[in-house]
Amino acid sequence: MLYALKIATRYLTASKAQTALLVAGVAVGVFIFIFMSALIGGLAEFILSRTVGDISHITIEAEEADPAILISPGGQVLGVIEKGRARTATLADAETWVPLIAAVPGVIAVSPQISGAGFLTRGAQVAQVGVTGVEPGRESAILNLDGYMVEGTARLGSGLVVLGQTLADDLSLRLGQTVRLQSSAGVASVLTLSGIYKSGNGALDGGGIYVSLSTARTLFALPQGVTRIEIKLADLNTADATALRIRALTGLDAVPWTDGAEQLMEALNAQAQTGYFLKTFALITIVIGVASALLLSTYRRRPEIGIMRAMGARRGFVIFVFVTQGLLIGLIGGLTGAGLGYLALLPFPPREAFKSGTLPLDITQGSYGLAILLTVIGAILASILPARSAARVDPVTAIGQ
Amino acid sequence: MSGALLQATELVKTYGHGDAATRVLRGLSLRLDTGEMAALLGPSGSGKSTLLTILGTLMQPTSGSYIMLGQDLIAGNDADLTAFRNLHIGFVFQFHNLLPDFTALENVIFPTAVKEGRETASARARGRDLLTRMGLAERIDFPSTNLSGGQKQRVAVARALMNRPELVLADEPTGNLDRESAMQVMDLIAEINRDEGTTFLISTHDEKIAALCRRQIVVGDGVVTG
Repeated sequence: MLYALKIATRYLTASKAQTALLVAGVAVGVFIFIFMSALIGGLAEFILSRTVGDISHITIEAEEADPAILISPGGQVLGVIEKGRARTATLADAETWVPLIAAVPGVIAVSPQISGAGFLTRGAQVAQVGVTGVEPGRESAILNLDGYMVEGTARLGSGLVVLGQTLADDLSLRLGQTVRLQSSAGVASVLTLSGIYKSGNGALDGGGIYVSLSTARTLFALPQGVTRIEIKLADLNTADATALRIRALTGLDAVPWTDGAEQLMEALNAQAQTGYFLKTFALITIVIGVASALLLSTYRRRPEIGIMRAMGARRGFVIFVFVTQGLLIGLIGGLTGAGLGYLALLPFPPREAFKSGTLPLDITQGSYGLAILLTVIGAILASILPARSAARVDPVTAIGQ
Repeated sequence: MSGALLQATELVKTYGHGDAATRVLRGLSLRLDTGEMAALLGPSGSGKSTLLTILGTLMQPTSGSYIMLGQDLIAGNDADLTAFRNLHIGFVFQFHNLLPDFTALENVIFPTAVKEGRETASARARGRDLLTRMGLAERIDFPSTNLSGGQKQRVAVARALMNRPELVLADEPTGNLDRESAMQVMDLIAEINRDEGTTFLISTHDEKIAALCRRQIVVGDGVVTG
């Protein structure tokens, strides 16, 4: 069918202005498709990084032991040891599990932590706080503490505390000053303020403090083990599958971030659906544009089609000529639109550098190959109706025109 | 002369239905022998063009039979008839009907290229030979739209001969040409008929053109009258 390809190419090059307009129309459709893909994908990335990026993607928490019950031989409950408010469940074998979990594919950070509640006192001022003890050197494993520091350093050590700017302002604290922290276990300790952060999360900035794991052990009277293990993944969309894997590997109750995030997932799904609609409309526009242009071409070339048929061109040959035109228009328009889309997205910052107030366009989510493929398929489908119409041309009537 | 090339018997062609039906051919019968050069004469509306269209397998008669080269061309499907037409029948139309976006050579080799799926070197060589024979050696690669009326018609004759068909049907081939160009085209047709034995059936109103043919077939009121 090389000859049909030649005729299709000749028809397209014979009407350069018309073909250029048609290709431009297809390219604009593909450009919109790619722009929407990059915007919707980038927006989802931006929202996730803002809402989930600084939290644990998979969390393993110590399970509270069931209350101890004393039962008589007759089956009667004689006594129950209620859970003490100060008692904290622990993952006693955390040191064993951490290297195993760190070796799971996709895991980029593992942070064993001791967390609990406490009161921070400075003079007459008291603030209720959530205390997180992390290993020195892993302060930014989950929350990007280093990136949020506004004063001092995130580096933790014995007797040091890092807290949020709101809390520091509330307590009128400055770097190097001391503060008294009493834990829910009843242990008090005097800590020196070594760093102040501002994460933009009101609850964290106003009530979250970070101490070293050893300081937290003392505060919560936990000589061994941790209360939770937080895990960060390279791709947070793999959290469900990775959590299952960790569960199978360790037997621990690994909970992905998606548990309890149904509203966020619904919002992201709704956003993705909107993107699909817009991209579908862009494709429909392409199909209608190609179909109408080729239909016009069919009517304009009816006498020529009649001649071809009279000279022995089969209906299949005529169909192939017009379908090939659709294919070429789709391919050239697709490649042009994809190229223009890529160039238009180049000036935008990469997803790692997304900032509030700017369009979060992710150049890596342009779906270039998919856009070209769907456009070519769409253009081929669009050309079938004109091609069938051309193949049905009656040579006698057409030649007589 | 040798045996029959084609035999059309009792051809009837009716356009439309009911009260609006128009019977153009009314039981026309015609035999053409291989190597004949015949003129088809008759007034407008006598059925000449309809007869050529049926003999060219571009249209089916309402009834009757049509056999060419021993093949029943009433029974064939579209694909078979298209293939038959491509191999055995050439057409020359009054208005040349060249493909406007193609050169003279590309127009001439179209019937072979469409048969073989590509433009072969041998097809190009034959196309050049034919155009040279038509006196168009200097116009081989000219866009068809840049040729004069007479040149276009000679390209159309070359195209009709490209696949060495047994039959060439020409519908008023000189009707749109001046006398000099008309005579050039007819001389070429006569030369090919003489040298290659190709059968020509030429529809014309022009008595002088008809006189150049060895046989005159007169059609009137849908039948052969002379």
